[in-house]
Amino acid sequence: MTRANKNSRGVIERSLGSFVDALEYAFYSEALARKNGLLQKLDPRIKILALLPLIVIAALSRRLWVIATLFVIAVAVAMFSNVPLRTLVTRVWLGVLTFTGFISLPALFLTPGRPLYALPLLGWIVTAQGLRAVLYLIMRAQTAATFSVLLVLCTPWSSLLKALRVLRLPIVLVVVLGMTYRYIFLLLHNAHDMFTSHKSRMVGRLTGREQRRAAAASTGVLMSKTLQLSGDVYLAMRSRGFQGEVYVLDEFHTDWFDWATLAAFLTIGALAFWFGR
Amino acid sequence: MHIPDGYLSPSTCAVLYGTAIPFWYVAFARVKRLLNTRLVPLLAVVSAFCFVIMMFNVPLPGGTTGHAVGVGAATVVLGPWASMLAVSIALLIQAVFFGDGGITTLGANCFNMAIVGSLVARFIYQVVAGRTAITSSRRALAAGLAGYAAINVAAFFAACELGIQPLFFKDASGTPLYAPYALHIAIPAMMLGHLTFAGLAELFVSGGMVAYLQRTNPALLGQKSAAGTDEGARPIGATTGWSATRPLWIRLALLMLLTPLGILAAGTAWGEWGAKDFSDPQMRQQIAAASGNIAPPSQRPQGLARLSSLWSAPFPQYAPPFLRHPAFGYVMSAVFGSGLILGSFLLISWMAGGRGADASRTSP
Repeated sequence: MTRANKNSRGVIERSLGSFVDALEYAFYSEALARKNGLLQKLDPRIKILALLPLIVIAALSRRLWVIATLFVIAVAVAMFSNVPLRTLVTRVWLGVLTFTGFISLPALFLTPGRPLYALPLLGWIVTAQGLRAVLYLIMRAQTAATFSVLLVLCTPWSSLLKALRVLRLPIVLVVVLGMTYRYIFLLLHNAHDMFTSHKSRMVGRLTGREQRRAAAASTGVLMSKTLQLSGDVYLAMRSRGFQGEVYVLDEFHTDWFDWATLAAFLTIGALAFWFGR
Repeated sequence: MHIPDGYLSPSTCAVLYGTAIPFWYVAFARVKRLLNTRLVPLLAVVSAFCFVIMMFNVPLPGGTTGHAVGVGAATVVLGPWASMLAVSIALLIQAVFFGDGGITTLGANCFNMAIVGSLVARFIYQVVAGRTAITSSRRALAAGLAGYAAINVAAFFAACELGIQPLFFKDASGTPLYAPYALHIAIPAMMLGHLTFAGLAELFVSGGMVAYLQRTNPALLGQKSAAGTDEGARPIGATTGWSATRPLWIRLALLMLLTPLGILAAGTAWGEWGAKDFSDPQMRQQIAAASGNIAPPSQRPQGLARLSSLWSAPFPQYAPPFLRHPAFGYVMSAVFGSGLILGSFLLISWMAGGRGADASRTSP
């Protein structure tokens, strides 16, 4: 198979793979959110108030050991919430390590500072400041990503969106976010069908230019369908009495466990902030 | 280009959130005024579209593939204001639910891609497309260039944000606390990938989509508004005129009248000292008091002295020499400065050939 042939097949398959991955991830996180664990028991608003400050404090901290402690706490919370470590490794840590590690690697040699080690053949010098800079970046990114993923994996997404109101987001934005999330799946489904039918009709190989035309045409078709869908949704909403005002049913309630857990998280956050100054 | 958590300092993130909020506010107000009850479904569905577009693999010359953000395509069809909202929502969902881009850096990502990207795409599209017919091939070229320029300017902004981190945020040993590369490394590293690959993906998607819609559904490109409203050819971003902007003009006038409040503040702003201040004993005391009792250098800094003579402001200290009353000088400076900015924008708008309704009829 030539490189062009490999590529023409790969582009469609990779797009299809992206759509399927997104759908799988959504279904998986919905299943995980229904498990019985520490974070799953919490009110979604409390979860946001407990975890978001830790993400910010991980970014604020100027001490590596404080960021490392926050990371360990994130892992412990994941274990108490029945989130498999394998999920964190494959979906978060490997990705962050590869991306951030790749980006930050040259900083080992480019950051001026005290020499630590010279690479045998190349003679490039690793500096202490460079090593610390790389550790800062990787650990901050890992810790923040772990807390973010825990928030999402342990909360049904519809509840999480409604809980965003605790951050004083306008109701209309919360409603738009909820609808966006719902229609992402419909459009993913449409795009998946479009690419599958395209693939099933292909008997030869497309050149690069033909593939680009096909991708652009798919975008155009999807845009037309999107605007048509927006009109249909609007008419459906109007026929049900929608006059522009939006409301959100607020079915959340808190108990002593929520407040005790929030107090614990805030205490951890305050200590991390204090020691990380 | 999706900056993850940990790459930017919290203060940079806060500044970029603060910068993005007024744009979101104005965009929301303008789109809501035009769409009214259609706002919710249109924004929701178009945001979903932007999200899905970001997952398309676009084949690029050389055998590689790339992802487009879709900001060029969204701006051409919806106008810049609806586009910046839709792309921002898509980025929020990407960050929160799919971990692509950080939560603390969401303001920065939205500012770079959704806000700067949409405004640049709009500007380039207007300049290149001019007043050509909807089905003109120049419009497809304009859309492609708009997408290419949008993504590259956005990347440039992202590179600058990353590149200033080691300048401002280091620990006592000189270790960079966040993104470790200075501007001279961050900008070439970021731009190389975007000028060659990511920019091309955006170019092909935006230009190709417009070419496709020209053949199949030209109504979406300007004969009718994207939302299917009765606004005819008016683009979402073209709501102008006195009635639409009256509240903004009133607020601007009020702010101009309030500018003399600055006189009430004691001392000078930290770091805004002139070269002469270093030889004035009273000013030296003020500088030391404002700097944690650290005495300023005994000699005025040579670089400051050299550069301060390069340009003499026409209104030094916001008080033109011919005005004796400082408060009136402040108001005059505010009027002059605002007029200069508005005049510049009018000039750019006039040069782009997109004034008022004429532009609205010819471009989406």
